[in-house]
Amino acid sequence: MTTVDVTLLVLCFSFVLSLIRAALGPTLADRAVATDVCLFCVVGALALFGVRSGSAVYVDTMLVATLLGFIATVSLARLLRRRRPDEEEG
Amino acid sequence: MTVVGDVMIGLGGLLMVLAGLGILRLPDVFSRMHAGTKAASLGLALILGGSALHMQQLPAVVKLLAALVFQFVTSPVAAHVIGRGAYVSGIPLWEGTLVDELAGLDPEDPSSPEPSD
Repeated sequence: MTTVDVTLLVLCFSFVLSLIRAALGPTLADRAVATDVCLFCVVGALALFGVRSGSAVYVDTMLVATLLGFIATVSLARLLRRRRPDEEEG
Repeated sequence: MTVVGDVMIGLGGLLMVLAGLGILRLPDVFSRMHAGTKAASLGLALILGGSALHMQQLPAVVKLLAALVFQFVTSPVAAHVIGRGAYVSGIPLWEGTLVDELAGLDPEDPSSPEPSD
């Protein structure tokens, strides 16, 4: 096992932890923050896949995921401003 | 070069797991955001920098560095927007909170226009 393999496993662990928070999370903001960290884990894992295979294809995917993640977070935050907490389900 | 990259990747993984633990364990949205944003953006920066040291092709290295800079610039912005949105939409603070610097801010109507900040 190289460092890259171990770090991939660690990223999976972190992904699962934040996915649990995204499932539990009492408010929409909790879910937004937790899925943000999930996406960070995915971006890191894509970079490490690129290192493992030595191909640049994963790096392109990672760049797109990075850009999409920012847009997704900001649009979720705008949605959050329009809602009152009492009309949130679960 | 490779050893430095390995060390950076390992440290980045450690920070990412700290971010996951903080997201799961901390008591309210704002402290979770503190764990998630700071630890995860530094962790991701370390992972991407270490990967850039490992890669052979120049285009891949440039893309990794571009993603690193972009993450480092945008993740505080995203966290700020989410935090402000969460506060304005009335999500309660943890009962152990000591300082609330936004306490004077009006919790606005959902029908009122978008606040300027």
